[in-house]
Amino acid sequence: MALETSRGETTVELLSGADMIARFLKDEGVEYIYGYPGGAALHIYDALFRQDDVKHILVRHEQAATHAADGYARASGKPGTVLVTSGPGATNAVTGIATAYMDSIPMVVLCGQVASHLIGEDAFQETDIIGVTRPIVKHSFSIRHPAEIPMVLKKAYYLAASGRPGPVVVDIPKDMTAPTERYEYVYPNKIKLRSYSPVTRGHSGQIKKAVELMLKARRPVFYTGGGIVTGRACEPLTDLVRRLGYPITTTLMGIGAYPQSDRQSLGWLGMHGSYESNMAMHHADLIIAIGARFDDRVTNSTSKFCPTAKIVHVDIDPSSISKTVRADVPIVGPAASVINEMISLVQDREPSNPEALIEWWQKIDGWREERKGKLYEPAEPGEPLKPEQVIEEICRFTRGEAYVTTDVGQHQMFAGQYYKFDKPNRFITSGGLGTMGFGFPAAMGIKQSYPKDDVVCVTGEGSFQMMMQELSTCKQYGIGVKIVNLNNGSLGMVRQWQDLNYKSRHAHSYMESLPDFQKLIEAYGFTALRVESPEELEPALERAFADKNELVFLDIYVDPREHVYPMHVPLGSMRDMLLSKTERT
Amino acid sequence: MRHIISILLENEPGALSRVVGLFSQRNFNIESLNVAPTEDETLSRLTVTTVGDDRIVEQITKQLNKLIDVVKLVDLTEGNHIERELMLVKVKALGAQRDEVKRTADIFRAQVVDVAPGVYTVQIAGDAGKLDAFVQAMAPIGILEVARTGVSGIARGDKMLSL
Ligand SMILES: Cc1ncc(C[n+]2csc(CCOP(=O)(O)OP(=O)(O)O)c2C)c(N)n1
Ligand SMILES: [Mg+2]
Repeated sequence: MALETSRGETTVELLSGADMIARFLKDEGVEYIYGYPGGAALHIYDALFRQDDVKHILVRHEQAATHAADGYARASGKPGTVLVTSGPGATNAVTGIATAYMDSIPMVVLCGQVASHLIGEDAFQETDIIGVTRPIVKHSFSIRHPAEIPMVLKKAYYLAASGRPGPVVVDIPKDMTAPTERYEYVYPNKIKLRSYSPVTRGHSGQIKKAVELMLKARRPVFYTGGGIVTGRACEPLTDLVRRLGYPITTTLMGIGAYPQSDRQSLGWLGMHGSYESNMAMHHADLIIAIGARFDDRVTNSTSKFCPTAKIVHVDIDPSSISKTVRADVPIVGPAASVINEMISLVQDREPSNPEALIEWWQKIDGWREERKGKLYEPAEPGEPLKPEQVIEEICRFTRGEAYVTTDVGQHQMFAGQYYKFDKPNRFITSGGLGTMGFGFPAAMGIKQSYPKDDVVCVTGEGSFQMMMQELSTCKQYGIGVKIVNLNNGSLGMVRQWQDLNYKSRHAHSYMESLPDFQKLIEAYGFTALRVESPEELEPALERAFADKNELVFLDIYVDPREHVYPMHVPLGSMRDMLLSKTERT
Repeated sequence: MRHIISILLENEPGALSRVVGLFSQRNFNIESLNVAPTEDETLSRLTVTTVGDDRIVEQITKQLNKLIDVVKLVDLTEGNHIERELMLVKVKALGAQRDEVKRTADIFRAQVVDVAPGVYTVQIAGDAGKLDAFVQAMAPIGILEVARTGVSGIARGDKMLSL
């Protein structure tokens, strides 16, 4: 950066590579780095020590650093930042990078690397992390000269956050950050990448075509995904959907983009989606897909997918369009701008088949009615709590306004089904990769940026044990997340599949030696409450949510026999579902 | 169907592995691959031949375009184009075989470029089909070694793959 001296001359600032990194992060507006030190990253850590602008959070495992940065990114919409050392530090981060990649989450991962002259010699803690992460990053860079650090980092943040977001890895050999070598530092305000220019608007002709189909539709459904959330298109989407009065279903990643409590919302769709959303998709004559990718957990068998529907597909990533399901009207463009253009075309016009739409809604309301009050069977007196019930209670206690992170398994699906979200960025889950261990560190990352909000991690005793070391991080930084352990004493989702497909042969889905969670949590100096019967639930929740800054762990014993329904029947269409242990469509 | 895709790629370390990795990662097929620098030292040109139906080839080009290091690409098979491959073949050349090698080479407009006792090395350029035919023709005489460059191609006329 050019500095003015007292005499009005400008001088150029000379910084070491390590100081450039710290300084760049500040200039880029990075608030938090999640990381873990080690030899190759020590120059950088020293630079962080000598400044106060960027806060570094020391996690207890590098995977947690990536999930925490990811949670922060999902809640705030800003890229998360991770710093790890070479070799094992970097490989520990791999699962978190893959998790972010699958869900298109903006993240920059700075990896220390052995000094340039050692690369390729199998030096101590050397791993080709660029090679290892190649299929799970949006892009990656190796620093080859300290002077290029500001520009490479700028590119990294720009790539991570623009277009279809994703993780970017920057490999930094130790000699690039040597304190003795100083180079000119200027924060790059502009960057040019000749091979990368995400589209800024959709093709007008295609948008017109889509709108004509939309106005003529008799049985339309909006099917929207995470692209609405990352593309900041929730408001225009809500506007468009309300104007047209059409039903809308979202993916797991798109939950909250349209208020779920609204009548037009059918909830989310797919393998464990709502009955009415899957039925509506199957019978639709027009699917308006925006920022969603027709993934296999949504479509069930693609050959039987939505047999009578024409498909409009809007996505910022051309490769998402017609990848698994052919689009009739493909539109490449950012969700917000395309939707706004649609709104201006729809303005002053009415759907041309009002009677058909009334009939369509009657059909949908009929499906809703069919399942009303039958979603799950509440616990009889003396029976263990039902997980569904617990989630409903948490939703009530937090007025539907909490940030809810999940791990992976039955509890994840229950959290998605029974917590009702009216806002985006609130349901935070590893949708694409399905990473057990994601929920707790993600909650940690969110709570730090949203200290006044309730941040609840809904987890299972299997998943929690994958990242429970982070209790120590929460202790160090006073992070008051609420952990709800839906303890069914088993890897419930695995068990459910074994019940359904392997005649209940529960191969290794049962955990015989669970820790006493209460003692475990207390060892870290936190409060844990055990809930074994329905009467204990309410007082426990009251206690847990009394203080927003206190970490409380609820170990809730739920019915281990419970299954998640609806559930798609494998190889079927979207309407082929198991509805309970005894009913199917 | 067979497609020839030509790609202008940033001349950066690791760029090639991103392209090659993409093919294995997404289960796309590569029949041949050919890479070399261009007149612009910041770019290399890569030509890949692949086989797949329209849907797959559409995915291949879209996924390639998504790579940050891919600057531009063209599916040459969508228009008129010239396709060439160079092959060097070592064949047995003892006694009467020498004449036969020479005759066959002439028919294919191939050239003998190196001679050693009992061995001729023949060079031939052409499209992949011609090279295949030459290999077949030489097979009865006795092929000792084959080195092919993989297909390279360019559009006919004034169409260009450039920045
Ligand atoms: C890292 C990882 N390993 C394995 C799996 C496969 N898996 C999916 S759900 C599940 C069980 C999770 O058990 P638990 O956390 O107790 O949740 P529950 O299903 O019992 O609610 C497993 C093992 C996974 N998703 N992630
Ligand atoms: Mg469990």
